[in-house]
This record gives sequence, structure tokens and C-alpha cells, in this order.
Amino acid sequence: MQKLTAGQQQVEVEGATVREVVAALDARYPGFKERVLDGDRIKTEIAVAVDGEVVAAGLRAKVGPQSEVHFLPAISGGAG
Amino acid sequence: MSATNGGYKVIGTRPIRHDGVDKVTGRAIYGADTRLAGLLYGQVLRSPHAHARIKSIDTSKAVALPGVKAVLTGTDLPDAGDQMVDLGEGPARLKYLRDNVLATDKALYSGHPVAAVAATSAHIAEEALDLIEVEYEVLEAVLDVREAMQEGAPQLHDDMTTQEFGEDTGRKSNLATHFEHRLGDADKAFAEADVVVEREFQTATVHQGYIEPHNATASWNADGQLTVWTSTQGSFTARAQVGAVLDMPISRIKVVPQEIGGGFGGKIPVYLEPVAALLSKASGQPVKMIMTRPAVFESTGPTPGSYVKIKMGADKSGKIVAADAYIAFESGAYPGGLVGAAAMCVFSCYDIPDGRIDCYDVVVNKPRSFAYRAPGSTQVAFATEHVVDLLAAELGMEPLEIRLKNTATTGTRRIDGVVYPKMGCKEVLEAIRDSEHYQSPVPAGPNGGRGISVGYWFNVGLKSSCTASVNSDGTVSLVEGSTDIGGTRTSVAMQFAETLGLRAEDVKPQVADTDSIGHTDVTGGSRVTYATGWAAYKAALDVRDQLCERAAQLWEVEAGQVEFDDGVFRSGDNEMAFKELAGRLEETGGPVIGRATVDPDSGVGGSFAANIADVEVDPETGKVDILRFTVVQDAGRAIHPAYVEGQMQGGSVQGIGWALNEEYFYSGDGHLDNSSFLDYRIPTSLDLPMIETIIVEVPNPGHPYGVRGVGEANIAPPPAAIAAAIEDAVGVRPQELPMKPDRIVAALAGSS
Repeated sequence: MQKLTAGQQQVEVEGATVREVVAALDARYPGFKERVLDGDRIKTEIAVAVDGEVVAAGLRAKVGPQSEVHFLPAISGGAG
Repeated sequence: MSATNGGYKVIGTRPIRHDGVDKVTGRAIYGADTRLAGLLYGQVLRSPHAHARIKSIDTSKAVALPGVKAVLTGTDLPDAGDQMVDLGEGPARLKYLRDNVLATDKALYSGHPVAAVAATSAHIAEEALDLIEVEYEVLEAVLDVREAMQEGAPQLHDDMTTQEFGEDTGRKSNLATHFEHRLGDADKAFAEADVVVEREFQTATVHQGYIEPHNATASWNADGQLTVWTSTQGSFTARAQVGAVLDMPISRIKVVPQEIGGGFGGKIPVYLEPVAALLSKASGQPVKMIMTRPAVFESTGPTPGSYVKIKMGADKSGKIVAADAYIAFESGAYPGGLVGAAAMCVFSCYDIPDGRIDCYDVVVNKPRSFAYRAPGSTQVAFATEHVVDLLAAELGMEPLEIRLKNTATTGTRRIDGVVYPKMGCKEVLEAIRDSEHYQSPVPAGPNGGRGISVGYWFNVGLKSSCTASVNSDGTVSLVEGSTDIGGTRTSVAMQFAETLGLRAEDVKPQVADTDSIGHTDVTGGSRVTYATGWAAYKAALDVRDQLCERAAQLWEVEAGQVEFDDGVFRSGDNEMAFKELAGRLEETGGPVIGRATVDPDSGVGGSFAANIADVEVDPETGKVDILRFTVVQDAGRAIHPAYVEGQMQGGSVQGIGWALNEEYFYSGDGHLDNSSFLDYRIPTSLDLPMIETIIVEVPNPGHPYGVRGVGEANIAPPPAAIAAAIEDAVGVRPQELPMKPDRIVAALAGSS
């Protein structure tokens, strides 16, 4: 992922939902959307966390003005 | 509300479990007890080769055997194309799921199912398996994670390429997935550290070792409806998997969960269920299948073997300033292993500002790995805790001192980005420090020693449903979808009872099939007491609100004028106990049913566990005896303390098994040589002292009763604590699990 952002671990963009955040990131880092989306959904192998909690709502999830959004590998088999 | 009325009345007590009498008298119905008219018996033919191309399968002689009613091979499974499916346990590739049920083009591990038979008796079915002729082209197998990653290693999947976080690299390899987490600048932090330690570790493939083998009975009706009775950790997940493998809508499938004789993560995937279903469809009769113990070991998902390299740096004050992990996990024959979870756990107990976690998910010729109690955490705790002890030794600190100095706490940001809410790591370590065990003398004698360690599991939320019917005698029938592995019927019912001021005995819980309750995710991730308990709490509130309306009718007041407190409804001078009002539902509108679903996105509270282990090592034989063992764990709020203690003890014993005994032992060609409990040694009560427990309660602010799941974190720390104790005893510390006698003897010989 940091290949797209030239090594930056954290970037600030505006957006009230994960969908808007992804769009803003794609505008700044072309290819971002293709990397994380499959059509109009987050790719199954990727999870999105807003303020430390993985959100089930995906692109529809609300994002606050100071929220942190993380793109993580989706964990499979974590329900031991 | 009783919960806010001066403390709990039910939570924290130890009522007798609702299913206890059935369990101890043998009346509980397990999968093996399933009996249906016209029942056939199914058996599975498994590959004797760890890696082979299937050139042909001739079933004609088996089909002709009298008593045989159906024979299947992988090509009989519907081909629904190749797609990603999410079956409630994360994304999975459908082809891999299907091929693991019955191989089509290749057998990828010794024990891989290649054909199945249904016959009028299990013996005839077994005889028929011998008549199936499979022509294999035997291929070279690869069984070790590092060998599998090398250039030129035998490639398991011709079309598999390495995925890097949503990007297909196009590189053909056994390396299925590679990803990295980074926080800050690890290189700079290491350069500035006063002490840096780096070590490599390996852990063996280990099985969950549940006592009850996998089983499934399927009945495919003439109208196309399928019913499956099975031992599963999640009936809805089983239904989704069966539907995906058989390419049929879930509305045509009913899964009836039977009692379960242990799962520990291993009974989330389906193996026999789709096969029994197709055999039933082909024969027109119900089909029952039960795995043999060798089949359970050879063919069902163990935990991944691993190679882990840990580097950590600290300053002179003992503050850990940098950490670096390289984690390579064997995912078995198909990708989608557990390395992601390991990444979340590897440095989870510490507050570290700069770090890097580099993860590799690698296929090898072993059965597909699946979850095993805090999956991935035990492997990395063994490694990290060793390196933390080495840092302490270099700095002249006590092991507990360095842990307390660097403990993760509220607000700690893990290297994978997660910021902790209120967490109990520090409190768990303080409970170790304050324990009688820790303050007692270390075992006397030249070969006695003590070690400590700490571990973590993040727990999960997911979806749960409950319905509650109020009976006229004042009891409540509570229906839930979570199969009960650890006494959760009772711990869920207790939360319902607490909310309504009832006794635990007044709530009658039952686990329903997939047609009888709303969707409920797996019993796993230590989620049932948390999430299904939450659903029960919400269902109780729903009942409360409806009963307030009924009381209002009786008293001819507005519902808003009725209050409920500690099991009693009140309005002005009127008051009525729950039981009395339940008896008057007929005159106020009829039955009352409460219902609730939850899908908590937030509030899942992780749990930390820590150990003190006292051991004695026999330097002649290398045998390690556990003299005394204490486990401390944060339960948030212990709903039923006896069940919390039971989880802590059970997880500890499994961790001790990883530490000292348990491993898959393969011959060079990939055949599993210890596929019985005689040769695969799990600890028994005769091997161990009573495991002492200390419950810490740092309530989870994300749950109405403060619950944190307690099923898993307890398995993570034992191997590291025992390794530290061995080192304290005889001066050597193995870096490979299990720490079996010959490894101890070899290490002692090498050190002298």
C-alpha cells in the first residue's frame, strides 16, 4: 500500500464516509481505488478499520472529522 | 434494572449448568447418536500420498459391491466456477474449499479425500473403498514452510501467484500472501537502541485434539430440501459452506447442531457434511459419516507450523524502543492461513513506538490449517517472550520488571495500527506479581526453575440472535444459535436472568437449528458470552418493555408510568413481581416474546493472560515435569467464574501440550506417522498438577456487563513460560516447539 503513497504511512484526506475517503485517496494517489475495491465493494481480502474497529458497513461506514481509517489484511480463521 | 441496583445477583455466581444432567448421564445427543430410518453409512477414501496428480479414479468395482448405494468422486461436486466467498470466517476461494472436501485434479496431503461411498453398513462401505482404483502420479512433497518458499520447491497449485495486499504480483509460488505492517521508523529506532536481540524460532504443526471426531448425517429429501445433523461450531457457517460447495441456496438447507465434544476452532470448516449430502442425494436415503481418529489427524485443520524471527531493541532504562518480526506460517494445502492473526498478536502485550511485522502465508503438503484457540498467537508469543527475557537479562532486569515497564495499556498503538481501548495487560501482570505463587520460593534443587510469560487474543464480535418466550409460570425459554462448547448456554442465560431479576434456573436455554433462530455466527473468537450474551441482554430488555405495557394495562395507567427494578414492576402503589405478571399475560394480550440481534462493530474487548510455571528438568532424559502452574487472565466481568476458570485451565493444558509434547510427525515422503492419541501425546490429568487460576476483572466498556471473551488468550503464554522455567532450571532454552526430551538433552549436550 505504501508503494502508492511513496512510503507515507499516514496521510490526511477529507471524507464523511469510507467511500469518500477512498475517493479522496484515489484522487491523490491514482490506483488506490483499484487496489482496495472490487467493483463497489471493499475487496474480500481487505478490511477497513475506523478508529481502531473493523467496520462491517465497508464503504458506507461513517468517518468523523478526526477519525483514523486503516486498511488492513482481512483476517480469516481468526475465530478460534 | 438490577444491574445498576447495588451489584449483581446472578452474574458472578456459579449455578449448575442447564445441560449438566444430560451431559453427565450420557443422555445428551451427539452427532454419533443420530438415528434415522433407512440410514446408510458413509466412508471416505483418502490419498496415501502427500502430493500426487490424480490421473484416474475407477469406482466400477465399488459400485458393483452388494450393499453399496452410492459412490462419489470430486468431479461429482457441482462446479460453481472459481470465486471468492465469505462464509463468516473471512474470505475463501471456492475452488479450494471444494477441493478440500473432495480432491479433483491433485491430492495435496496424505489423507486428502478423493472418493466416498455410502453402503448399508460401515463395514461394507469400508470394503468398497478398497475396490476403488485410483491412479496417481506421485509428486515430490514439501512439508516445511521455509523449503516451500525456496526457488524450485515443488509447487502445490499450478496457478497460484503471490498476493500482496490486494495486488496480484503474478509470481508463481507457494507463497500465497505476503503483507507488512509498519509503525514509525524501525531502522532508526534500532540504530539508536542500547541493546538489540534477535532470535529465530520454529513451532510444530499441532492438532486441536478434540475428543469427539467429526461427524455428519445428511438427509436429502425428494423435494430438494437438505437436512444436516452435525457437530459444528457454527450451524449457520456450516450451512453457508455446504451451500457454497454444493451450489445450492441456503434456503434449501437446514443444519441441526448436535452437542459438540470439543472444537477449539477446528470444527468451523466442513469436511463430511457436503459429502454426506451428495451421497444421500445419490442414494435417496439418509447417510451418516463419522471420521476415524487417524482421519481427524490426517485430514482436518491443525494449527500452522511456523518459522518466526524476532528482533527487539531497548534503551538502557529498559524501555523497548523497536521491534521487528518475520512470521512465516504454513497454511497447509490451501492458502488463507492464520498469519494475519499472528501479526495482531506478536507484539500485542507491549507499548512499542517503532516496528515492523512482515508476514508470509505459505502452502505446504499438509492438511489445510484452521483456527486453533487464539490462532497464531501461541506461535508468536513463544518467540516474542523469549526475546523480551533476553533483553531483560542484558539489562539486568527481572522478567516481570521489563514487562511491567513496557506493558500495553489504554491508548497503546499496536504496530498493525490498532489503538487499545481500556485493556487489562498491566493488571494481569500486577496480579502475577502479587500472587502467592510468584512470591513463593522457586523450586529447590539443581534442576528446578521458574518462568513467566504473557499472551493476548483480540476476540471477535460478529452476529448473534436470541428469542425469549415468557412462560405463564414465570420462567423463560431462551433460544439461541450459538452451539455450546464451554457452558455458554448458562453464561448467556445468566445475563438474561440478571437483566430481568430472575434466577438462572428460571431461564431455560436451548440451541436451535438454522430454521429456528436468526443468524448467529460461529462459536469462536471467544465471542459467545460477549455477543450472544449481549443479544440475550437486549432480548431481556425487549421482554421488560413489553411487560411494562402489560402491567400498565392491568393498572390502567400509561406504560411510561411503570417502572421495573430488581424483578418487580411498580407504578404508584401498585407492584407486581415478574412471575405474577407472567401469569396474567392471557388477560393482557397473550404471549410475550422478546427478541434481539446484535452485530457489534465496536466494543470487542481483547483479553490478556499470563503464567507462572515451575518445572523440574531431568537432565539425563530431558523430561520436563510441571511442578506448579498458575494462569492469570482478564475476564472483563466473569459471568460464571467456574466456566472462566475452566477455560483458563483448559487453554493452559493445551499450551503445555504445545510446549512439551505435541507435534505432527511426518515421514520424509509426507506420511503422518502419529495419527492416534497413543502416538500424538496430549497432556492428561496424570501429567499435570492442578492449574491454579486468578481471574482479573477489568470490565470491558464495550459490553453492557463488561464481558471479555476468555476462551483463547490462555493458550498463548504457556510454551514461553515453560521455556523460561527450563532455562532457569538447567541453563538452556529451546527455540523450537515442542521442547521434547531429545531436544532438551541435545541442548544440554551442546551447552556443556
